[in-house]
Amino acid sequence: MSARDVMITGIGMVSSLGEGTDAHWQALTAEKPTPVLDCERFSPYLIHPLPGIDWGLQIPKRGDQRQMETWQRLGTYTAGLALDDAGVKDDEALVASMDMIVAAGGGERDQAVDQGILDAAMTRNDHDILLNEKLTTELRPTLFLAQLSNLLAGNISIVHKVTGSSRTFMGEEGAGISAIETAAARIRSGQSSHILVGAAFQTEHPDMLLAYELAGYLSRGDWTPVWQREKAEGGGVITGSGAAFLVLESREHAEKRGRKAYAAIGPVVSERVRRSRADLAEALTGMLESLPPRDGTIMTLSGASGAHAATAAEKQALSTAPGFAIRGFSSLTGHLKEAQFPFAIALAALAIERGHPYPVFDAENEQPLEGAPETVLATAIGYNLFEGMGLVTKA
Amino acid sequence: MKTTDSFGRPVVVVTGMGVVTSLGQGKADNWSALTSGRSGIHPITRFPIDHLATTIAGTVDFLPSSDKGASALTYQLADLAAEEAIAEAGIPTDDFTGPLFLAAPPVELDWHDRLALYASAKEEDGFRNLLANARRRRERDYFDASQFGTIADRLADKFGTRGLPITLSTACASGATAIQLGVEAIRRGECDRALAIGADGSATAEALIRFSLLSALSTQNERPEKASKPFSKDRDGFVLAEGSGALVLESLESALARGAEILGVMRGCGEKADDFHRTRSKPDGSPAIAAVQAALSDAGMSDSEIAYINAHGTSTPENDKMEHLSLSTVFGERMREIPISSNKSMIGHTLSAAGAVEAVFSLMTMRESVIPPTINYDNPDPAIELDVVPNRKREADIASVLSNSFGFGGQNTCLVMAREPV
Repeated sequence: MSARDVMITGIGMVSSLGEGTDAHWQALTAEKPTPVLDCERFSPYLIHPLPGIDWGLQIPKRGDQRQMETWQRLGTYTAGLALDDAGVKDDEALVASMDMIVAAGGGERDQAVDQGILDAAMTRNDHDILLNEKLTTELRPTLFLAQLSNLLAGNISIVHKVTGSSRTFMGEEGAGISAIETAAARIRSGQSSHILVGAAFQTEHPDMLLAYELAGYLSRGDWTPVWQREKAEGGGVITGSGAAFLVLESREHAEKRGRKAYAAIGPVVSERVRRSRADLAEALTGMLESLPPRDGTIMTLSGASGAHAATAAEKQALSTAPGFAIRGFSSLTGHLKEAQFPFAIALAALAIERGHPYPVFDAENEQPLEGAPETVLATAIGYNLFEGMGLVTKA
Repeated sequence: MKTTDSFGRPVVVVTGMGVVTSLGQGKADNWSALTSGRSGIHPITRFPIDHLATTIAGTVDFLPSSDKGASALTYQLADLAAEEAIAEAGIPTDDFTGPLFLAAPPVELDWHDRLALYASAKEEDGFRNLLANARRRRERDYFDASQFGTIADRLADKFGTRGLPITLSTACASGATAIQLGVEAIRRGECDRALAIGADGSATAEALIRFSLLSALSTQNERPEKASKPFSKDRDGFVLAEGSGALVLESLESALARGAEILGVMRGCGEKADDFHRTRSKPDGSPAIAAVQAALSDAGMSDSEIAYINAHGTSTPENDKMEHLSLSTVFGERMREIPISSNKSMIGHTLSAAGAVEAVFSLMTMRESVIPPTINYDNPDPAIELDVVPNRKREADIASVLSNSFGFGGQNTCLVMAREPV
């Protein structure tokens, strides 16, 4: 135990399953956890849509809400949930000195303007001039800000007054991994005492699906758990809208203000496996072996995306090595991209705090587990690139 | 030589630097242009300028990727700067073995690709047609260009950096943040060296229009080289530009052990977020003031030790006013005498790259004992009393520099650099 252990003292989470830790705990420990799906809006693709959210609960000013599109609102809202949960929301001095790392992609483009340009381009050849003509007259000036990656963090500063520092990492799942890893390393080394870290992903926009489907990553047809998508049409990924934010504090900082923690973040390892040359499963086995030894079987909150190659490699690595009881949570939430690793860490911490493992989400591929979890593994193996995993331990 | 600072942390030095801007490729060309007061701003030729209010930019037009889209050009800019930096540091260019921190613009599917994809078959309506064509064609190049992790992945592959590379954006402060992340990693003892790059090749028509719609850009198109005029009374916005800067950061201990030449010291980094507005700074300048103070305190230095300031100096009415206010608050009466200049008067605003590009120029300023001027300073703003090193370079013995970077979204990051280890 050290004064600089990395404690999770606040969790904000939103997915198709609901908002907040209670809703997720209930949905995921139900006798038969069932996914919430929208099969129509983006057919032939399925998505896990956002639940109904009263944005005003965390973003009180309508003016602030108007400056954002759904992705930024979702992140700002979920960050608010985490700050509330940690009991720091109304502590001006605490949030003003709080550091922040957000993992982000980009925000939503104006679908109507883009479609107008695509259609007009079918009947003329001067495309570059068409672009100038349409974009100068039809783009909403402030939409640019709703699209900028670092403006999710910017909005969190404005709405929640988190202003110690503000850094935005980009790069799909890898950004979420680095965000957690860097935040934990900063606390452990004494570079920071308290940090807000997390990400949001809003899949309900054609461009968000396009970014996967340009390389054929999306699954089509009926829903199946992530481990069973090899035979489904398409690339295996079903996306979801969702977000996870964590308040991390040094043990000393949390204890000083009398906060009980959900759990602590243990070692986090990250990698950039050269998948075109190296065997991914073997590399993942190496990462697993680099984690400190543990007793017995530990629950593993896997962020497997369903993408065929990466998911098969992860499954192979986790089933070859002894001692991992897998829970592929994205079967139920969908793939949350940048938020994948923060979400996995949040679910791991929640199970430790509740003193109970999650039931299997896929009886054919996941083994039951008994007893209160003391150490839980969280993983996020990128559908395309980048790998990360980390241990979450009892506070 | 003592290899830890006054806080007991490893001293972080710079052992390699590289730069590309509209003024040219490499430090030598850039330095000679900068110190002769030459502007790299020119009329836009990359795309048609019909309907545009701003028709000038500091684009990098001389590279093979200059007309290949934002992702390809950003990669090439980062690649060239990194190659120069790593070679100068005397490290094998395919085996860097330290982490990579890349400041880069957010990526999107290029309009030309989007149009081509949509038109390739018309079987469905609206977005479904785009998705159906994507599914059918599987254009791996389009995919790679629209993934935020691609550029860093390719750089990591080429230079043999260690582990998962971090791509980051803190808007116009990104380059400084990349350096800060590298400094912090070395101080934590995670590595002996780190590669920090800021690169931005995203001057597309849409990017220009977006900034234009926010009234951020200069529209003084008639004489492009005169448009960027930081701290002048008639300044009317920044000039969109491209470029890259790369720095090999290394612990002093490691640099000494392998006999590397020390080009400068990263003494301190400071940041503070602004919660006032998405594009405007808090009127009292308190976040920028706090960022400068945080950098000084991280450096273990007092404000009296700063000999020169490399300004953010964008040439927007708002930035230059706010920068003057915050610096005057920190440095007091002495601010009238501290030389301060803006590289952006010549290279424009290189956005995600700016903090790294300007850190390279700050270190060169100390090494060469020459301060590059703020050009186009013909009508001083009477409300901004500063020694901006107007129009001509100045020889000066500079032992320490403060470099400012401020960005949309309340980003404020400052770096304090010194010529020699203490």
